[in-house]
Amino acid sequence: MSPSTRADFATIASWINPGARVLDLGCGNGSLLRYLREQRAISGYGVEIDDEKLIACVANGVNVVQRDLEGGLAEFDTGSFDYVILSLTLQAVRQTEAIVKEMLRVGKQGIVTFPNFGYWRSRAQVMLGRMPVSMELPYQWYDTPNVHLCTIHDFDAFCAIHRLQVLNRVVITRGQPVNVLPNLLGALAVYRLHSGA
Amino acid sequence: MSAIDLSGGSVGVVSAQRASFEQPLSLVSGATIDRYDLAYETYGTLNARRDNAILVCHALNASHHVAGFYADNPKSVGWWDNMIGPGKPVDTNRFFVVGVNNLGGCHGSTGPASIRPATGRPWGADFPLVTVEDWVKVQARLADILSIEQFAVVMGGSLGAMQALQWTLTFPERVRHALVIAAAPKLTAQNIAFNEVARQAITTDPDFHDGNYYAHGVVPKRGLRIARMIGHITYLSDDAMAEKFGRVLRNGQLNFNFDVEFEIESYLRYQGEKFSEYFDANTYLRITKALDYFDPAVGYGGNLTQALAGAKAGFLVVSFTSDWRFSSARSREIVKALLDNRLNVTYAEINAPHGHDAFLMDDSRYFRVVRAYLDNIKVAS
Repeated sequence: MSPSTRADFATIASWINPGARVLDLGCGNGSLLRYLREQRAISGYGVEIDDEKLIACVANGVNVVQRDLEGGLAEFDTGSFDYVILSLTLQAVRQTEAIVKEMLRVGKQGIVTFPNFGYWRSRAQVMLGRMPVSMELPYQWYDTPNVHLCTIHDFDAFCAIHRLQVLNRVVITRGQPVNVLPNLLGALAVYRLHSGA
Repeated sequence: MSAIDLSGGSVGVVSAQRASFEQPLSLVSGATIDRYDLAYETYGTLNARRDNAILVCHALNASHHVAGFYADNPKSVGWWDNMIGPGKPVDTNRFFVVGVNNLGGCHGSTGPASIRPATGRPWGADFPLVTVEDWVKVQARLADILSIEQFAVVMGGSLGAMQALQWTLTFPERVRHALVIAAAPKLTAQNIAFNEVARQAITTDPDFHDGNYYAHGVVPKRGLRIARMIGHITYLSDDAMAEKFGRVLRNGQLNFNFDVEFEIESYLRYQGEKFSEYFDANTYLRITKALDYFDPAVGYGGNLTQALAGAKAGFLVVSFTSDWRFSSARSREIVKALLDNRLNVTYAEINAPHGHDAFLMDDSRYFRVVRAYLDNIKVAS
């Protein structure tokens, strides 16, 4: 686990009420759910499509449902979770709008984290003529699972267009919060959302 | 696919045991059986706290002989031997595993071919219809005899998975985890239709004699063969059949007659023939009916969520993408009902080509999921 990921976990944990019901979409090996169980005594489930990650979740003692997020969340009832999380997952999905909508149907609140493409190191790499590769974006252009990268400004606009209410936003670089020029100096963005409707 | 997880050994030589029950058993049908025997096997050791027992429920044609082999026949390997043994996903070094032949079976437990004490003749057509609920009740009586108050796990595939699910409803306090593999919450009309064709094949065989063929010294083998052939078609995926047999001709040419020409015909006839030599037709009729009748939601207006509200166990649900007999969508119905009830559930949808039979096959991802799940179940040493 990278330090920046840990920072994202701590921020998420700070927003979550003890004993809450949490659904983690694209939960990977279940480490966030496990962390939240230890820190916040949450109950919950992960959703994961990858066989290896699913097995890692089971080994971690985390409830996990194998499913392709692109197909929606049919097994999960409306409003059945306190929080639905998309931790470093949103940039890798195709049906971004549909999945955010499903997240806020199933969850009373949504938590989204994503690598900020507006981070100066990314901008610098593009300026120098190469696609960015960093701790938050550790892939080459030809093997990346990321299909929908965005900046903090892009995501703010997305929330405005889709009438999503931003309850909190924390921007983190190397484990430290960034308060000045977040779209330039922030590597990782963490949002807490509510369906504005 | 990564390397198949076939580590672990055999439980070795095993022998069947028999438990006799004198306490009358009231069945769901209203009938009563005064006394009956159950054939069972156990592997591993029940620990001092008796918290490491796993019950394995069998599907249509299997038995209590789940793992290991019999001393007099090294080829008599148990039907889930790849899954169960020392170091295997169901590790007999940690768990005490119980396999039981269901009531109405034909592998040692009391069934239609057994002698009815009241008459001194085989039960035959008079053997009552038994349900999944009845089997679970009987399995619990066996657990009592074995001093198992609570199973760590009840597990099974297909019809065996239905029993595992039923366990969590009938005896929620007596099962900590259920492994529900290649299951459906109830049969569809298409599923029942296949069963009915199989039953018709048997009951219209001239050797069936209304189920009392024992007295005539015959067996409705033709019916059993056809029933098994139909079953086999539904156990395999179209792709698996294409891969295994394609349109390959037995003798390389068409003969313009009705003998075996395509390899698939040869395979089905062989499977049918083998089956008709060991399986009892009356048992087959009753087991297919138990499948047809299974529907835990029937008393809840079809609402599976309400039906599963009493369950307390943790669940591992596994389906296989190429299974069209009990498709993944059917397992997701179970998962949804478990999620609605906020139960601990993990669901794995294994991308496997073999169809319904995949639950019996070696598959690395499938085995590793089961292993990882069971490894996390705490038992006393």
